[in-house]
Amino acid sequence: MAAIVLIPTPLQRLTNGQGEVHADGATIAAVVNSLEVQFPGIKERLCDANGKLRRFANVYLNGEDIRHTQGEETAVKDGDEISIVPAVAGG
Amino acid sequence: MSLVQGLKCKECGREYPKEAVYVCEWCFGPLEVVYDYQRIAGRISRDVIMKRPQSLWRYRELLPLDGDPTDGLQSGFTPLVRADNLARVLGVRELWIKNDGVNFPTLSYKDRVVPVALSKAKELGFDTVGCASTGNLANSVSAHGAKAGLRRFIFIPYDLEVGKVVGSLIYQPNLVAVEGNYDDVNRLCSEIASKYRWAFVNVNMRPYYTEGAKTYGFEVAEQLGWRTPTSLVCPVAGGTILPKIRRAFQEFEQLELIPESRTRIFAAQAATCAPVVQAIHKGTDAVLPVKPRPLSESVDTSLRIGNPADGLYVVQAVQETGGWAEVATNEEIVSAIRLLAATEGIWTETAGGTTLAVTKKLIESGKLDPDGSTVVCITGNGLKTLEAVRDRIGSATTIAPTLRSFEERVLAHHLVPAATAAR
Repeated sequence: MAAIVLIPTPLQRLTNGQGEVHADGATIAAVVNSLEVQFPGIKERLCDANGKLRRFANVYLNGEDIRHTQGEETAVKDGDEISIVPAVAGG
Repeated sequence: MSLVQGLKCKECGREYPKEAVYVCEWCFGPLEVVYDYQRIAGRISRDVIMKRPQSLWRYRELLPLDGDPTDGLQSGFTPLVRADNLARVLGVRELWIKNDGVNFPTLSYKDRVVPVALSKAKELGFDTVGCASTGNLANSVSAHGAKAGLRRFIFIPYDLEVGKVVGSLIYQPNLVAVEGNYDDVNRLCSEIASKYRWAFVNVNMRPYYTEGAKTYGFEVAEQLGWRTPTSLVCPVAGGTILPKIRRAFQEFEQLELIPESRTRIFAAQAATCAPVVQAIHKGTDAVLPVKPRPLSESVDTSLRIGNPADGLYVVQAVQETGGWAEVATNEEIVSAIRLLAATEGIWTETAGGTTLAVTKKLIESGKLDPDGSTVVCITGNGLKTLEAVRDRIGSATTIAPTLRSFEERVLAHHLVPAATAAR
């Protein structure tokens, strides 16, 4: 068992149209690397040239914004749900 | 032929067709509408605009439709009120209130952005619309969507003020109260928008929706006599309207409808949730998301967005125009709501109280030029947030239905205050 990752529409071309995939990894950074192995090209969409998550890519672990926890080093357990969400306008 | 050329990523410049796409597939940056200004310049002029009906669509060449507008034909063109009583209290020369608290039909600035989003959604073939909202957007999508005959799914935090809940339910949408704060609601809506082919006005319609906010700036410039103010103070939640007011001034300037705009733009947030003000005070454009203080500690709900999507662009607009930003405490927000009502007869919600309280602070600290012209942006109506002021405005004097009771209980106590009130 691994973490469940919700893929937003703009990245689904890379995941063969799948909106929900599984990926291993003990941290968010490791999960991103694991996604890259399965879906080559996805990491450079999510991360900038320094390997850091892009500022407009919001990542949530079980509903919690990882910028409120340990960022890319936030620990991930089997069965956790990771959601990748582009920023949206307010209201 | 359309005056809209397409969409373009604000960050990396990649171009996209006019579809229901809202983020750059490459860098996740927001997409913005690109217009053919050369052709627009040949079609628009002060005269052309002034001969049109007084609605947001009088600036239609600068809005992102290919066909004719279908929604909000009576929305926009709200009053710009010269506020001399308030100006005297604050010690400034020329003060204006742009009052979207009386926008049609749901009494907030959202009645600008929603008509644009819904007209575009219909152009793109959608029959279902939705939104994530702190209340005002929910009301507006519910109402405009009812008139347009669209299926509506409206998502709000579960703990909103009753006025904003009733103000949506009355239009019979599918109203969904999510157990979480606005940032949770937003995330959920992004996930839903990924799965279902609906037009979420603030998610996949975002590039079109945000364009509607420009009309607030167009109107300010036109109503001031085709010029822009020295200073403008604007509330910030998700960060849509402030940068779009600046964009509006830039477009009018580019089209030579107004002289060069040197307006300094100032941002206002509540102290209980102020990620953008924090960034401006730190001198960085990295807006770090915050967790809003619990509702029990916050009088404001309308600006309660901890992760503002356009926060970065607010910071840029404020920094580039030489403006500044401040926060207002709960007490300052309520005092400012009362001050605006008592001096100008305008009742605003907590966002407006925040904006006026911050205006007062900026004047006191010398950041805002008291000798220039100032526009205070009021974006919502106080009737929706009774809870904010209900216990802080005194109560009626109860009397028996007799002349004697009136004289004893009212006049005897109020001779002095009555004279003061007439001032």
